[in-house]
Order: sequence, then C-alpha cells, then structure tokens
Amino acid sequence: MLHIFCPHCGELRSEEEFHASGQAHIARPLDPNSCTDEEWGTYMFFRDNLRGIHHELWDHVAGCRQYFNVTRNTETYEILETYKIGEQPKVTARENTPATSAAVNERGENV
Amino acid sequence: MKRYSGFGLFKHSLSHHENWQRMWRTPTPKKVYDVVIVGGGGHGLATAYYLAKEHGITNVAVIEKGYLGGGNTARNTTIVRSNYLWDESAKLYEHAMKLWEGLSQDINYNVMFSQRGVYNLCHTLQDIRDSERRVNANRLNGVDGELLNTEQVAAEIPYLDCSKNTRYPILGATIQRRGGVARHDAVAWGYARAADALGVDLIQQTEVIGFRKENGAVIGVETNKGFIGAKRVGVVTAGNSGHMARLAGFRLPLESHPLQALVSEPIKPIIDSVIMSNAVHGYISQSDKGDLVIGAGIDSWVGYGQRGSYPIIEHTMQAIVEMFPILSRVRMNRQWGGIVDTCPDACPIISKTPVKNLFFNCGWGTGGFKATPGSGNVFAASLAKGEMHPLAAPFSIDRFYNGALIDEHGAAAVAH
Amino acid sequence: MSQTYRLSSGGRVDRSKVLNFTFNGKSYQGYAGDSLAAALLANGVDIVGRSFKYSRPRGIIASGTEEPNAILQLGATEATQIPNVRATQQPLYSGLVATSTNGWPNVNTDVMGILGKVGGSMMPPGFYYKTFMYPKSFWMTYEKYIRKAAGLGRSPLQNDPDSYDYMNQHCDVLIVGSGPAGLAAALAAGRSGARVILADEQEEFGGSLLDTRETLDGKPAADWVASVIAELQAMPEVTLLPRATVNGYHDHNFLTIHERLTDHLGDHAPLGQVRHRVHRVRAKRVVLATGAHERPLVYGNNDVPGNMLAGAISVYVRRYGVAPGRKLVLSTNNDHAYRAALDWHDAGLQVVAIADARHNPRGSLVEEARAKGIRILTSSAIIESRGTKHVTGARVAAIDTVAHKVTSPGEWLECDLIGTSGGYSPIVHLASHLGGRPVWRDDILGFVPGDAPQKRVCVGGINGVYALGDALADGFEGGVRAATEAGFQPTTGSLPKTVARKEEASVALFQVPHDKGTARAPKQFVDQQNDVTAAAIELATREGFESVEHVKRYTALGFGTDQGKLGNINGLAIAARSMGITIPQMGTTMFRPNYTPVTFGAVAGRHCGHIFEPVRFTALHSWHLKNNAEFEDVGQWKRPWYFPKPGEDLHTAVERECKAVRASVGLLDASTLGKIDIQGPDAREFLNRVYTNAWTKLDVGKARYGLMCKEDGMVFDDGVTACVADNHFIMTTTTGGAARVLQWLELYHQTEWPELKVYFTSVTDHWATMTLSGPNSRKLLAEVTDIDLDKDAFPFMTWKEGNVGGVPARVFRISFTGELSYEVNVQANYAMGVLEKIVEAGKKYNLTPYGTETMHVLRAEKGFIIVGQDTDGSMNPDDLNMSWCVGRNKPFSWIGLRGMNREDCLREDRKQLVGLKPVDPKKWLPEGAQLVNDPNQPIPMDMVGHVTSSYAFNSLGYSFAMGVVKGGLKRMGERVYSPQADGSVIEAEIVSSVFFDPKGEQQNV
Repeated sequence: MLHIFCPHCGELRSEEEFHASGQAHIARPLDPNSCTDEEWGTYMFFRDNLRGIHHELWDHVAGCRQYFNVTRNTETYEILETYKIGEQPKVTARENTPATSAAVNERGENV
Repeated sequence: MKRYSGFGLFKHSLSHHENWQRMWRTPTPKKVYDVVIVGGGGHGLATAYYLAKEHGITNVAVIEKGYLGGGNTARNTTIVRSNYLWDESAKLYEHAMKLWEGLSQDINYNVMFSQRGVYNLCHTLQDIRDSERRVNANRLNGVDGELLNTEQVAAEIPYLDCSKNTRYPILGATIQRRGGVARHDAVAWGYARAADALGVDLIQQTEVIGFRKENGAVIGVETNKGFIGAKRVGVVTAGNSGHMARLAGFRLPLESHPLQALVSEPIKPIIDSVIMSNAVHGYISQSDKGDLVIGAGIDSWVGYGQRGSYPIIEHTMQAIVEMFPILSRVRMNRQWGGIVDTCPDACPIISKTPVKNLFFNCGWGTGGFKATPGSGNVFAASLAKGEMHPLAAPFSIDRFYNGALIDEHGAAAVAH
Repeated sequence: MSQTYRLSSGGRVDRSKVLNFTFNGKSYQGYAGDSLAAALLANGVDIVGRSFKYSRPRGIIASGTEEPNAILQLGATEATQIPNVRATQQPLYSGLVATSTNGWPNVNTDVMGILGKVGGSMMPPGFYYKTFMYPKSFWMTYEKYIRKAAGLGRSPLQNDPDSYDYMNQHCDVLIVGSGPAGLAAALAAGRSGARVILADEQEEFGGSLLDTRETLDGKPAADWVASVIAELQAMPEVTLLPRATVNGYHDHNFLTIHERLTDHLGDHAPLGQVRHRVHRVRAKRVVLATGAHERPLVYGNNDVPGNMLAGAISVYVRRYGVAPGRKLVLSTNNDHAYRAALDWHDAGLQVVAIADARHNPRGSLVEEARAKGIRILTSSAIIESRGTKHVTGARVAAIDTVAHKVTSPGEWLECDLIGTSGGYSPIVHLASHLGGRPVWRDDILGFVPGDAPQKRVCVGGINGVYALGDALADGFEGGVRAATEAGFQPTTGSLPKTVARKEEASVALFQVPHDKGTARAPKQFVDQQNDVTAAAIELATREGFESVEHVKRYTALGFGTDQGKLGNINGLAIAARSMGITIPQMGTTMFRPNYTPVTFGAVAGRHCGHIFEPVRFTALHSWHLKNNAEFEDVGQWKRPWYFPKPGEDLHTAVERECKAVRASVGLLDASTLGKIDIQGPDAREFLNRVYTNAWTKLDVGKARYGLMCKEDGMVFDDGVTACVADNHFIMTTTTGGAARVLQWLELYHQTEWPELKVYFTSVTDHWATMTLSGPNSRKLLAEVTDIDLDKDAFPFMTWKEGNVGGVPARVFRISFTGELSYEVNVQANYAMGVLEKIVEAGKKYNLTPYGTETMHVLRAEKGFIIVGQDTDGSMNPDDLNMSWCVGRNKPFSWIGLRGMNREDCLREDRKQLVGLKPVDPKKWLPEGAQLVNDPNQPIPMDMVGHVTSSYAFNSLGYSFAMGVVKGGLKRMGERVYSPQADGSVIEAEIVSSVFFDPKGEQQNV
C-alpha cells in the first residue's frame, strides 16, 4: 500500500485515503469547439501510460479533498515527489516528451 | 507433431517417459518473416496458430521477451463467458466461445475447458434491470443466458448466502451455462505446440525494443538480439501495449493497471461454478486441484510491477466471506498481480494503427483470457488480409475519435 | 502404551500437564508445549496422510512452516473445522480433534494407493493435457472424477462462530523473526528508544535457540532468550508478538502480520475473544531476521515415513523430548547436520551411520561425532530408502557429486529413521515480495536477498550468516542500523559469548545420484505435497519447458500450501543440471505473499455482514420502520421502496400509493438526494460550465432543473439547483451520484478553473427532505407553515424560506410527479418532529407515504428520466429528447458540448428515448426487454432498442413503458416487437414519453 505525502496536509498518509485520478497535466483545450474530433478524442482518452517516471493526479478524498500531483515510478512504485496543482514537477524522465499523436491545439497553462 | 492420446501415454509409460518429444523447437530467428507477432501470450500464440492453420501463412515468428504464456495468460483467473451486453462484443466473445468448445480437439491438447456455468449476482433493482437487458440481448444474439430469482440461485449454488441478512441481499442472478473455466497454461502451451508444428517460430527470451519503419510502414522489429524483418507486424502485448505504441511513435487510449488475484489452499470441492458479483465486488471459482480462485478489482493507478495494493485484497476477501460465510476459516495461500491494459469503454482495440502494416490487438483489460481463441482468430484474419475482420472492425482505434464507443462497463465492472 | 517415543527427560514441554487429543478417531496424549506433530511422533504415529497423486503414505518431515505432508483437518464441531492445518505449527491443546485429509478408507490402508502404484506410471507431469480429449463430450465426465481427488482438507459447512479484526500499527523498526539475529536486533533497536515490533511465527520467541546444543555465556541458550525477552518486555515502546507471522511485504514498507490469538487454546476462540488479528504495519525500517530452511536431499523413496530433515530431528529431541525412531542414519553434505546425530547420540539412541558427501570432512562437529564413535562414511550418501509404511533401511553408497554418479554398490543399513541435510536455503520470501530477485551464492549454496528499494536490513541466516556468534553480531548491528536510520541514537552493548568451532564448506548436492538413472530409479520426490519427482522435472525440461516458471507450472513444483519451501531449490538444481546450466542461470520463481496461508476471515476483519459497507439511514428511518416500509438499497442508503398495508404486495401497494398521490396527497422521504452548497462570486459561472443549460438568468428565489454531462457528451447526473443569493446556490444530485458529482466539481475547479472563486460543501446529511405531492399538498402544507403558499406568491419552480412545523425550513416548489408538489427541507435533527406534525395534519387528506417505486412510476407517467435507469453512459441529452435543456449558445464551451458534437453523436439513427405502449394494455414489457422491428427474423436478431422503465401498476390504468429505440423520435405511432424468453412476443406502439398531463397543468396550479 502506497504511502503518499499530501502537499496540502503536509503529512504522509496511507493510500486508502486517496484516489488516483489518472495522468496529470492534461489541460482541457481552451477552445473545445475548434478541436477536431481527433483532437477532442485525444484529449479525452489517449494517455502516455508510461512505464517508469509518471506524473499523475491524485485526490485526497478521505482527507482534505484537495487534488495534487504525484511523480511516481510505475515499475517500482516509488514516489519521487508530490506537488500542488499549478506547480511543475522537479523530477522528470530523461526522454519524457509524449509521443506525438494528433496535435492538440492551444492548451491551458494553468495546470 | 506426434499426436497425444491415452494410448500414447500408455506407450510412453512403458519406456519410463524418456522419449517424449519437445513441445516446440527453440529456433534461430530468420532474417525476415511474412508476419511477426510481438507477444507470446495466449492471444499472440493463437494468432500465430490461426495464421498458419486458416490462412496458410507459416512464415511467422512469435517474439516473446520472457517465456511463453508468462504474462496475463499465466496470471488470470481463467473465466470464460460470452454474455456481453452490446452486439459488437457479444458477437466477438461468442465467436471465441464457439472456438473454445472445440479447442482441445482442434489443437490436440487438453485445455480443460470446463463449462461449469458462470453466475453474475444481482443485488439491487438496477442490477436486475441491467441483467434482464443483457440476458435478453444475449438471447437474441444467440448467446445462452437466463435470469434466475433468489430461490433459484439458492438452489443452484449451495452455501451462497441468499438470506436477507447480508448488506446487499441477493435478488437474483444471470447464468450462462456454457461459460466456465479453462486451464490457462495449457491454452498457451497447446497453441504454441500446434503453431510450432505448422512451422511458426517461437522465439523466447527476446525483447522488442523498437520498430523499424520505412515510408510510414513498418518493415520489422528491433530486438535485444538483433533486427528481425517483417512484412506485417501484429502487437499483442497486453499491459505493455502502451509501451509498444510509444516505441512505434504513437499513443493509445489505454492505461495499464495492476489487477490482483489470489488462491486459497486446496480444499475438497465446494464451489462447482463461477460466481461473480459486481455490487459486492468479487468473484470465485474452484480449480480442479481444489484451490478457490478469487479475483479482485483493479488498482486505480498505472502500475507495471505485477503487484497492487493490499486493501484491494482485503476488500475482495470481505466480498467472498460476505457471499460465502462458510469460507471464513479457509486460508488464502497466495496472491499475485498482472498488468491489464484497460480501455475507456472496457472493450478491446483490434485495429490498424498510424503506422502502415503495424496492427495492434490490445485493451482487453481484465477480461482477455476468455477471448483468446476469438481474438487470435480475427486478428490472424486481419493480419492475413491486411483488412480488419468484420468482427474486429468495430474495435478500431477510430471509435475514440468519432465517439462510437462500445461501453461494456456494466458487463465488466468487476475484474474477471 | 502411551507416548512410546517420548524421551524420559528433556524438552521444553510441561510433563505435568497431560493433554488428551484424537487423531483419525483414536485417542492419544501429549504434553503442554507440544506441537501436534511432536505429540503424534511421541505416540509413534507414522502416517499422517496420503499423497495427492500417487496416494503414497506420508509422514512428518519437518518441524515448522516448511512441512509439506502433515497437513491435517482440525476441529471438534462442524462450524469450527479448519482445513489444512500444518501439524508442525499447531500447538497441542486439550480436546484437539485432528484427522488426515486424504486416504480411503483410512490413511493406513488406502485403496487409492494400489491405484497409485498401478496407474502412477501413466501420470507423468501434464498427463491430463495429453489425454481425456476424446470423445469431445466426455471431458465434463472425466473432470468429475478428477475433481473427486481434488483438495486436501475441507471447508466447514456452517458459518464461522469466531470473529476477526485488524489493527493499524506504526513503528520505527519491525523485526521479523526472533532467532539469535532477530533478538539481538530487537535489543539494539529497543535500547535506542525506537518503537519496535518483534514478530515471530512460533509459540515462543527464540527460534533455533530453543533447540540448539550450543551455549551462550556457558549457559543454555534458552536462558539468554528468557533474559532478552524480559528486558524487551520492560521497554514501553516495544511490542512483542508471538504466534504472529509476517506474511506480506508490500510497497512503501507496509507489512501484514497474521497473529493467531487463540489457536493454541482451542478450535474456537473463547467467548469475547478475537480468533485472529491482522496487524497492518507501516514501518520506518524493517529488519528481516527470517533465518533459513534446511533442504532435504532428494533420493529414492525419500517420502517413506521416517525420512526427516536432520534439523527437525534435533528439534523433536531437544525441544519436545521426542525421538521419532530408535536407529538413525544421517546423510549430509555439511557440518551443521551433525548436530542431529550428536543430539540423537546424547539422548541415548543409536546412530547407525552418517553418510557425508564430502571426501574428508574435519570440522569441529564432525570430529565430535567421530570422538563419540559414530560411524562416518565419506564421499557417500543415502541413495534410496526402504519401507512401506515406515522406514526399515537406508541404502548408502559412494557417490561422485560432480559426475552425478554412484560409484559403489553400497550397503543397506537397518534403521527406522533417516535424517538428511542438503544445506540451507535462506528464507528470502519477504525480501523478494516486491520483486527484488534473490542472488545465488556458491559459497553458501543458497539464494540471498537481492537489491530492493524498500527500507530494510537483512540479518543472520537470511544473509547466509549461520554461525551463532556471527548471527548475533549481524543481528545487533542490523538493529543499530535500522534504529539509526529511523532517527535514533546508536546503542552499544555486549553480546553473549559463544563457543568457537571450526566449520568446513559443504559440497553441492541436491538430487542424489542413483545407479538406475532418474527416470527408472525409485521415485525421488522433490515436492512431496504435489508428488513432483526428479524424473518429472527432467521430463519437463526434455519437453521444452526451460524457464523456471514453465517447469513450476508444468510439474506443479511449489504449488502446494508450503509453496515449495523444501522443494523449490532442489527442483531448480535438478532442472538446471538437466539443461546443463547453472542454478543462478535458472533463477527462482516469483515470491508472492503469503509467506504462510492466512485465514480468509482474518483478512476480511470485521467488515462482513451489516458492516460490510456503511449503511446510511435518513433522519426519518425509524418512522419508515414503524410504518412497515420495505427498503431498497440505493448506493449506501436504505430507502423506503413501498409501504405495504396488510395483505398488499408490491403491485397493489404501489397502485394504491400512485392513486393516492394523484387523488389527494402523498409523502416521500427525499432526504437521500445529494445536496451541495455552492458559494462564491463565480458560482453562477461555474454552474454554466458544468450544466448543459444556462444559469445566467436564474433569479434569487428560483430553481431550475439541470443536466450534467461528461466531456464525451453523455449524461451522468441531473437535479434541481436553486438560487439562494447571487453568489449562493443549492445543487441537488441523484442519490447514488452525490459523492462523485462533488468530486467532479472539485476536480474541475481545482485543476481547470482555479481562478473561479467558488466553494463546494456537501450538505446532504444536514437537511432532511420531505416531499408533499398531490392536489391537496398546498392545503396540507398550509396547516403547518407560515409561508404564503398562494399560487402567485409562491409559483412553480421557486423556493421560499419560512417555518414548517415550527422550525426553519426551505420549501421548494418543484415536482417530480407532475402534481402540485412541495419539497420541505428542515435541519435533519428536527425532521422527525416536523414529520409528525405533517402526518397529523395530513390525516384528513388521506396523506399517503410512498416509496421509491411509486416515485419511479409517477415520474415515468410524466416522462421524467432517472439517470442510471433510463441512461447507461451512452445517452446524450439529444438522445433523451432533452434538447430543451441544452444551451448550445452559451458563451463558455461547457462540459459535454464538444463531446455531443462528435460524428457518432450526430447520427440520426441513434437510440432515442420514447414512450412505449403495449398494444394489449394488459401486457407488461419487462424492464430490459429488447425491441426488434421484425419478430420473425432468425437469430441473431437486429435489435433496435430496449425497455428502460416499465410499469403495469400505476395511476393511468394501463401498462406503459419508456425505452430507447433507434431513430425512435421520428417513429411515433409505429410498432416495435419484444420477443420474450418464453417465445411470446409483445407488440408495442412508439408514443411520446409523456403519458400524464403533457401540458403540465397539474403541477402548475
């Protein structure tokens, strides 16, 4: 069972208090109506699904109810950092640029 | 291939079993194949077998990074059923079911396909409505199914707590009597032996680390032991499909999650069928060796470690004891995890990809084992012809763009 | 005569406490402190079971968790049966009832054994894959007989009378194992002040110190154990857990300990006590002092009862005062095993000979044996044993371990006990649960823990550190390290003195060669529980199963309840030799929890029955009970389903309730609907973004229905939201959707639109909601409120604050039935009083309580949807014919809009929600019935839709339904057909989904 440091509560707490909400840093396109079906489908469904360093969104559902980001190794399950929404990760994989699929149009910058 | 039979077994016993043939060769890879299958699990081996058997394409290699059938094939809870809700999936899984029904004889390897029946319990009025809908759809699609009331369930499944004293009393169940279980390892080995006999090269301990492309088309795979050329490549790597797609330069609508399962110590037969519950969230069957085989839900995060979190095991045990209170004193022997590639609509992807001649068969999520023969069969046809088999066509990647999803969450809310 | 094999003295048993027990129906006696295995051996019980495949008689081999054979059924009553108890780990108690799990008619004369002898040669590994295939239809029959042989023990057939629980623990240092290394580590960590848990699977702390012949500070080692335990007990931060097996090492230093609190007292926990407890431990550091298991040698007929591990013989002699025989022959490849011979000799028993595989052993223990006059045969091993129900002889021959050959004809030695030792396997299970692959060490002939990310220290035998003095030092140092890493000051201290001795290396020997070759030699068992022989492993590799996992799966090696603790390394070695590779090249299989089996009930803890999941009751629940309500589970809530009067069933009750509402007034407890208080200057904008319809112009005091979609445009919740102030709204959600909607709002607010100033609070439980519905609802409400209910003062789709039943209330004039309706919300703890006043006043209006079923019927008559019943995650607002609720021109591209405009969502032939009217008004379309255009087409049929809601008993007087039909909105008046399971077909007309009061005159009066 993972042991997760909630950056809002400032404490390590057990995974049972949290809910994983998928890949982090996926911004909703600012103008959805200008997206093609392919772009919109990419935003909704296509994920990096990385083996290794992965940035993901978690929710402290049974705690402060705040969302935050986690950098975690999906092979070893080691958590390398947690950080608040709006912040950028300090730990990234060396070649962690997402593989190119359909280009996504202008993205929000606030995530 | 020397055929297996009871008489053969007797003959071999006279020579102290010293003369059994190898089940498959350990070939040196050729320079180029007509088709390279990446992934030597059940689906990949079945694909190779049907390519050779039904399409006469025998210049085929299956490349496996570990040992044959060592991924989810080795880790699943072996449930076979075809009672899916939507027409597209019901037809695909029923295609698989029909192949299961003759598989042991077809490949001359007893996969111990045992049609013990699969029950899905209903605990709420909405469960009953959904089940009625599914059973009716199944029936009109030619898939067997019945809806039972509580009394019928109690009569058919001894020791299941059908009283009103449970947290979520059982209001009924669906039953697919043709559903059941099969011996998972035997499926991989049986397909492997049969494919090998038809000339397919099974290349183990060889990892694909890249795809070589020319003019937007794949021309072979890079492996840790060198390049292997291919006219067409089919990727069937389950939990590692996202990683494979990345190597090929695109992404998939997939996430790979840990899926856990566990077995009890072997006990005398007490559960004769497969019993699943979405609402209480657990399922159970008993193997021919006597182990209770129990499944859990997926962990909600991406994980490639073939293990998940303990609370999932706890919750699953609670569900099992809730359903079968008499099992409380039985003991859990071993737990493990697989890596399941889940799609947003809980249906597979059997599809062409942005790279020409590169095909993917993935996204089976928690329920791929049951589809093994059907998946291999339609994927082989697609690879052979270069066009998707009609049963596979609805499962194209395109559906995630145009919105034609096939939402089977109702049928797959609990891992199986 | 009782306890023939009990030594006249010695052991840690209490000879003053005689305990009676039965095995296979026969009565025996043992002593307090015995394990069941020790007591059986003391009574000369040889055969404890029959083997799984060949039905061969089997006896006790080991003294601990590694025992593969002595797997017994325990329990004096049906409800307290425990399957598969390892006799070596079960303490004896008075009245214990044990039986063998296999063997017919009994283990001593087993008919199946004859079959095993004859048919055994037909059962190589994988034989079932190669046969039972023809004819095709016969498999289920074959399988019926195969299943008859399945399993060891049996499940009880009655419910468990015992209870279980679990406990969360946080500690600085968790120490696993209390042998010399573990105790030393515990001392070091404990003295530093760290919070320490010391867990050991055995009844007593001490591990090998409880049976060792070695001394500490010149005194028996057990004295030192007692002093250490006393010191640890005095430390307030130290928790001592005996009978507690650490079973799983999970991520981030989370471990589970399975503590058996009462299994040493009886098969049923004493009143008020918990039988087992799982400790869920989060440890800053873990010290693994798990020790090592001795490996048996693999030789012909090594499964005949009387073949034991050398170390186990020492345990029985020294710890229990039991001699499992009279004449011992020992076969070893190492020095340690000589202790068994010395202990045996010291007990006054005969050591016939020691066969040592080494050429010229000269270690201290060897010399000690020589000095006592024990015959030692070097370069030799036992190559087969003899005996049917018990060992009668051992054939010892000279062997060449490198060439794997027998080099002399050997001799038969008369004996009744054989002890063997092939070396030691460090217990790396826990160290490997997280995937760290063990590493082979040639010097100790064993796997030690590999690298792993978890914060742990391995000490003692698990590291291959076997000498007592070294293990103590390694343990102490490890304890210091763990405590220091957990933030405590290092401690020092002196360790007891051990007697130094010379020890020589062992020689690699796993399978002992036989002059006949593996396939033709007498069966050489590797895994006795699964009847896996050396020949089977060779056959597997011959057939192409080269990976260690393949060998395991094909032969079933290590699949038993002991998970191959004795057999796996031997199996690996045999497979490796057969393929001409080394053991490390072969590698190990994956180690997975559990280390030893854990009771289901213990894992489940208390969370069964009514606390399987929390139950939520509304504030009016006791009133519902009093009024005879039947309940429906909706999410975690118990909601009244209907209120039957005497003699009524669901249908008659619902019809009565429906008619009462339409005729006068009904009362519904709507408290379970989710209620979210939304405040902030941007609350309105936020609503615009998450609802499909527009909220910009909703005035204070008004309420509006809203639909919520996911980004894919599919409906996922709905409800009415009211404007309290320009910056304050109350949102209602579906009962089941409350939590996920709140999470959804937070997700978008926190991650997408943090710039919006808005706050969400769940207030579902703060308010109780009573809905009064029906033409007389205004009159009734007027009697208990000070709010002006005049039609113009309080119009439809508005809300007001005031007093109801004397307490502050919010009253919403909204309707889910199509009738004049008021939803009265009061603070939940006032609700019962308010309800009583309403009910009192309602008597003259025939106020009728109704439940969810009537609510469903009445809303369906009106064509209102229920999300989750009429939708399934694939329906968008247009599909539901609810385009009126879609603000396509709202400035912000709200959640769902883009999704609704994808290619597939714009198809005209999508399934659309319509009304369905059976042509025969007496027929009822089952909910979930499928619809086709042509009922006579062959299967598979082309299905065009299905029924989502259907009610035969209602206020309309005829059966009606709602359903989805492909392109249904353009097919009004057309017919569809529903083929039923019984072969009948129900014909229905596609009609508008609004059956009752389409103009809305009833609700707007």
